[in-house]
Amino acid sequence: MIERPGEYSLRAPAAAHHDHGHEHGESEATSTTVFGFWVYLMSDCVLFGTLFAVYAVLAPNTAGGPTPGELFELPFVLTETFLLLFSSVTFGYGMLAARAGRRRATLLWLAVTFAFGAGFLGMELHEFGKFVAEGAGPQRSAFLSGFFGLVGTHGIHVAAGLAWIVAMMAQVVLYGFEEAVLRRLMCLSLFWHFLDVVWICVFTIVYLLGVLNHA
Amino acid sequence: MHDDTPTARTAHDSQASHGSVGSYTLGFALSALLTVAAFALVMRPVLSRELTLAAIVILAVVQIVVQMYYFLHLDRRSERWNFISLYFTILIVAILVGGSLWIMSHLAHDVMGMGIEG
Repeated sequence: MIERPGEYSLRAPAAAHHDHGHEHGESEATSTTVFGFWVYLMSDCVLFGTLFAVYAVLAPNTAGGPTPGELFELPFVLTETFLLLFSSVTFGYGMLAARAGRRRATLLWLAVTFAFGAGFLGMELHEFGKFVAEGAGPQRSAFLSGFFGLVGTHGIHVAAGLAWIVAMMAQVVLYGFEEAVLRRLMCLSLFWHFLDVVWICVFTIVYLLGVLNHA
Repeated sequence: MHDDTPTARTAHDSQASHGSVGSYTLGFALSALLTVAAFALVMRPVLSRELTLAAIVILAVVQIVVQMYYFLHLDRRSERWNFISLYFTILIVAILVGGSLWIMSHLAHDVMGMGIEG
């Protein structure tokens, strides 16, 4: 039901029903790995779902400390959000360049993606530092424990993604676009876009709802 | 369908949909629009609190779908197993989040309503 007649034009007709996409330069190993990585991302969804549940339960308990409305600055969060959104689209351009086999363009887009991602993480760390300096660290109230747990876990994922981008830039330089490198780039692409999707939930539930409920 | 394994599908499906400069740019433009709209509704309120709440939740859900489609390339050509695992995950997360909020609000209500001796 997924295979459609139009797609056979790209393949050798005799092999169309038997191969698993080898004519496309993508082996079974690649598709299995990418699907396995998708399943990992789904398990990561459950991890974030748990942290969102914890945050939602704890958020009303500010223990006399600062409320979300007093703490959060929405223009700051909007800037952060746009940095991550820019990094998501530049990674997409990088993937297109990689599939076209354009090494310099790929490295350039990956570097741009890294810069936006690092900007996002820098802003987040700045925000955390500011909260701690104001006496609004994770130990201040249940709300802040939930906040640092959830937003910090997303930040750790972004930091891991940045390290992965550097590793992939090195691999593109060293090995070019051989299948294993492209496969890893595809997994990283899923990971990076997935983090942007999680961030939509973070800015809506933590920041926007926080300010709306406690303004 | 002679072969129903996940492996057989992703091979050409991942090949079938990886987008173009145009689709990535369109996905970005839509996401930017939805983000700005959500922030604007909270920063410069024009609706009642309840309507604002409903609006930003809907804007978030729409943006998730937009990014799933334009960035993660989840569409009709995608692997069936990607969708099955996604739906299963949504179910688990819904039980996890909804169930937690439900039971914790009941517990809070009971503690406040009945006091220690209850």
